[in-house]
Amino acid sequence: MNDKKVALITGGIGDIGTAIAKQLDTSHGYVVALDVAPSSEGTSWLAALKKSGCHHVLYRQMDVTDFAQCQDVIASLANEFGRIDVLINNAGITRDAVFHKMTKQQWDEVLRVNLDGMFNVTRQVVEHMRAQECGRIVNISSVNAQKGQFSQANYAASKAGVYGFTKSLAQELMSKNITVNSISPGYVDTKLMEGIRPDILEAIIEQIPAKRLAQPEEIAWVVAFLINEKSSYITGSNLSVNGGFHMY
Amino acid sequence: MDRKIAIVTGGTGGIGTAICQRLAADYRVIACYFKNGKHEEAKQWQTSQKEAGYDIDILYANIVDFEDCVKLVALVMERYGRIDVLVNNAGITSDASLKKMTPAQWQQVMDANLTSLFNMTRNVLPAMLDKEYGRIVNISSINGRKGQFGQCNYAATKSAIFGFSKSLAQEVACKGITVNTVSPGYVQTPMLASVKEEVLQSIIANIPVGRLGNPAEIAAAVAFLASPESGFITGANLDINGGQYM
Repeated sequence: MNDKKVALITGGIGDIGTAIAKQLDTSHGYVVALDVAPSSEGTSWLAALKKSGCHHVLYRQMDVTDFAQCQDVIASLANEFGRIDVLINNAGITRDAVFHKMTKQQWDEVLRVNLDGMFNVTRQVVEHMRAQECGRIVNISSVNAQKGQFSQANYAASKAGVYGFTKSLAQELMSKNITVNSISPGYVDTKLMEGIRPDILEAIIEQIPAKRLAQPEEIAWVVAFLINEKSSYITGSNLSVNGGFHMY
Repeated sequence: MDRKIAIVTGGTGGIGTAICQRLAADYRVIACYFKNGKHEEAKQWQTSQKEAGYDIDILYANIVDFEDCVKLVALVMERYGRIDVLVNNAGITSDASLKKMTPAQWQQVMDANLTSLFNMTRNVLPAMLDKEYGRIVNISSINGRKGQFGQCNYAATKSAIFGFSKSLAQEVACKGITVNTVSPGYVQTPMLASVKEEVLQSIIANIPVGRLGNPAEIAAAVAFLASPESGFITGANLDINGGQYM
């Protein structure tokens, strides 16, 4: 019987996912990055991580929008490791457009990954956590779920949906010693931001009281705190990590 | 001399003690104490902490009095030259339904829970601004979020802490200083010891996790927010209530 803790991270090879994987590498026996990226990309990502000294990280290709695939991948992981201690629902996409120009496809794509994806993965994992009578689930929402954002009616709706999901599931799983919380990052220094025009980026930073972007590691740090054994009284909570950008 | 300094108001209380103990691993901790000047009680507390392996300083100040806070902070700066963390934890209750609440009950709670927050933070802030580093953690309450029968005074002060924290967070964010709140639910402390057993049982029945919080669990959250790595978390609130209020 394996006594090493197992953590799953969706969107595992993105910038925030990578930072979370590195953080959990220090405390978990197996950290599985699940990502839709082609396995060649996953393999080179994994090689880079190993080079940087992370030896507990694994990569599995998985499309969170495909329920049957999630079922297969997670069943095989559970079979292999015998347990699942932590799930970080981090996979997310944007398809920005002002609403009067937003297509049905843009709406559907975002909802499918950000919200259906969370269902598809969590639905499998919960079975194992319930049986173990312990677990930690952390869902990554966004500051834009709280404040809304021009051209993100789809994204903000999906990320706000994360709160309702989190709080409901928290109530259902309390008696099983499983906590469910959300984190709402503000603007984080990721590849996503590189596409933004420098003058717009500067204007964004000007609006953040901390006058800087978050580093992905600062989000990973919060994840580590919420999944700590000692955080068992924290459930159904949300923690904003936005440099004072939006407070409520 | 290089050790980081943390000040905890109400440091000898149920939650305060746990916060002092938790922070003592990384900081030189100073517990503020007053209780009408009963220094004997504080010394006993300090001795018992020492026996348990925690070396914690005590300074005596009535934090409801601005001048006392001026002196307290001056003394800390003279002795240690820095203040890295301030935990505004001191608080009291004086419950009564509003139709029976006396002006004294209102005023006492305002002074102890809110005026003290101004007094301490106002005096500590210049030291943090000088160093361009600081962590301020204010202890609010679940009842500041949801209200509570018989606590118009207490809930008003605890809600006010959110407005205070979010405003100050905006003012000092670019100076490396974060300001956050922690809102505990019902925690196993001496404050609850006076509650009747059947009332306590009915409280617990309303907490989805099915138990009271542990002071150490609040202290862990304070330590988390006070850590250098939490620099992008500011103006935030962390609920620790076992799912009682979301």
